[in-house]
Amino acid sequence: MIIKIPDPQTTLVLIFSALAGLLFIASAIGAALRWRLARGQANPVIDNLIARINAWWVMVILFALTFWIGNTGVILLFAFISFQALREFISVTYTRRGDYRALLWCFFFFLPLQYWLIATHWYGLFAILIPVYAFLLLPISAALCADTTRFLERAAKVQWGLMICVYCLSYVPALLMLNIPGFSGRNLQLALFLVITVQTSDVCQYIWGKLCGKHKLAPEISPSKTLEGLVGGVLTSTAVGAALWWMTPFAPWQAALIALIINMLGFFGGFVLSAIKRDRGLKDWGSMIEGHGGILDRVDSLSFSAPIFSISCGTGGEHESVPQVGHGFTCRASGVCRGTARRAPTPAYKAMPGLRETKGVTFVKNLECG
Amino acid sequence: MLEKLLASAFCRAIKLMTGVRALWRENQPKAQPTVYFANHRSHGDFLLIWACLPSALRARTRPVAAADYWLRGAFRHYLIERVFRGVLLDRHIKRGDDPIAVMGAPLLAGESLILFPEGTRNQEDGLLPFKSGIHHLAEAHPQTEFVPVWIENLGRAMPKGGLIPVPLLCSLTFGAPLTLLPDERRADFLARCRTALLALAALSD
Repeated sequence: MIIKIPDPQTTLVLIFSALAGLLFIASAIGAALRWRLARGQANPVIDNLIARINAWWVMVILFALTFWIGNTGVILLFAFISFQALREFISVTYTRRGDYRALLWCFFFFLPLQYWLIATHWYGLFAILIPVYAFLLLPISAALCADTTRFLERAAKVQWGLMICVYCLSYVPALLMLNIPGFSGRNLQLALFLVITVQTSDVCQYIWGKLCGKHKLAPEISPSKTLEGLVGGVLTSTAVGAALWWMTPFAPWQAALIALIINMLGFFGGFVLSAIKRDRGLKDWGSMIEGHGGILDRVDSLSFSAPIFSISCGTGGEHESVPQVGHGFTCRASGVCRGTARRAPTPAYKAMPGLRETKGVTFVKNLECG
Repeated sequence: MLEKLLASAFCRAIKLMTGVRALWRENQPKAQPTVYFANHRSHGDFLLIWACLPSALRARTRPVAAADYWLRGAFRHYLIERVFRGVLLDRHIKRGDDPIAVMGAPLLAGESLILFPEGTRNQEDGLLPFKSGIHHLAEAHPQTEFVPVWIENLGRAMPKGGLIPVPLLCSLTFGAPLTLLPDERRADFLARCRTALLALAALSD
């Protein structure tokens, strides 16, 4: 059986049209529930459901717009999501006057730099900026303020916020840096596959939990998570991921396997961040998205699944015949020929046999640039 | 006209920067002379409370501010006198000064006040001991309601001595109003106000 895979543009249009169609159905169900069950009266569960669906409309339209703009749009969108998520995280975290400078560094240096590194395809620095440089520099900044009260705890919290809200989330647009042979020009749909699969898992866990949830998983962490919700949600969204295999460089069984992995990770992302919320005595991270809570409530699952998904996709590319640099991510050297030279092509590129096509630029063996 | 534009521009700016949420617990804003008293960590404190009041009340609410800070420089002077319509107090009381009468005049005219009973910006957690002015004011105006307002996070976002604000999300919690009880002693009233304000703190650390 041969399935003709639509071109990248058509794929995006198809996917967003399908999402809009699903939302129409969801809105209709919401209206029907309000009419049949609540008889137009206020009902907290149904009102929350309708608020959630309306918020989904806004989110899907925002995503459609940014994907229409292209790579820059998606990078800026995730930079904004990271910014807002970090705001929510640090806002409910205990810090002191001594952390003021470290926080400024986080918001106005490390966050923009991380996304700028994606825009310039500088994978080498992207991967270690926050785990290495920020990890070492931020506590130095805090220690210089000579306030030792709960020092380790404060330093750890700032680093955690930066890892969860900036580093992990930035792996979604980092998919755009990937250089997968035979998949060029289709990286946007890889990012969309990740977001759709993980968010479907969240939504299906909610629906299955509401429909037939009985056994609470861990009431002390999250009162709404049930075993039925988890199993039903993860299986449903794994099926969705498998059905969307044609958007990815994977075979159907590979797509199903990777969907299962990221759905489980997404579940535990929400689980871990719920534990932090409970420790702080909070129900939601914020109030930005009507019905959902804060932005961090919406992307907690994404932040746990994105790094693993990106790295898996990158490693998969290695098995092709073309040598890869940095686990399949485009090496910085590809930028050399676009006139933003920072360093010479790496030895891996120089040792490459034959030709290679990257973003329309043909690399020749022993290519000498700038 | 220009003053009104400036005032609404300041309110919009601080609301946008702090993403502030105003939580009215146990009571709703009332159009009667009220003293809003709050914890004080940042220069933006009074502006945030002022911005979060409904606009009809905001026009009739005046922040109590330190004369020595606000009268330095022509622009600051203009801002506090014409835009925010502050009630200016000299922190170093000289003979013949009557700060209670200065603060009482707007209350008698049916206006409300924003007051920081700690007297200065607190750089640590919690609350400093209250100055006795709030009690003198309550004695002179026993009908006035005193509403505690806990400001969360603005002190971290714009600390004393910091030039660039950290973009943290702030919240304001308005508590139930207090009035001076008959025969209530100064220490008791101050303690009651302080406890009511601390009880609103969103997060305990």
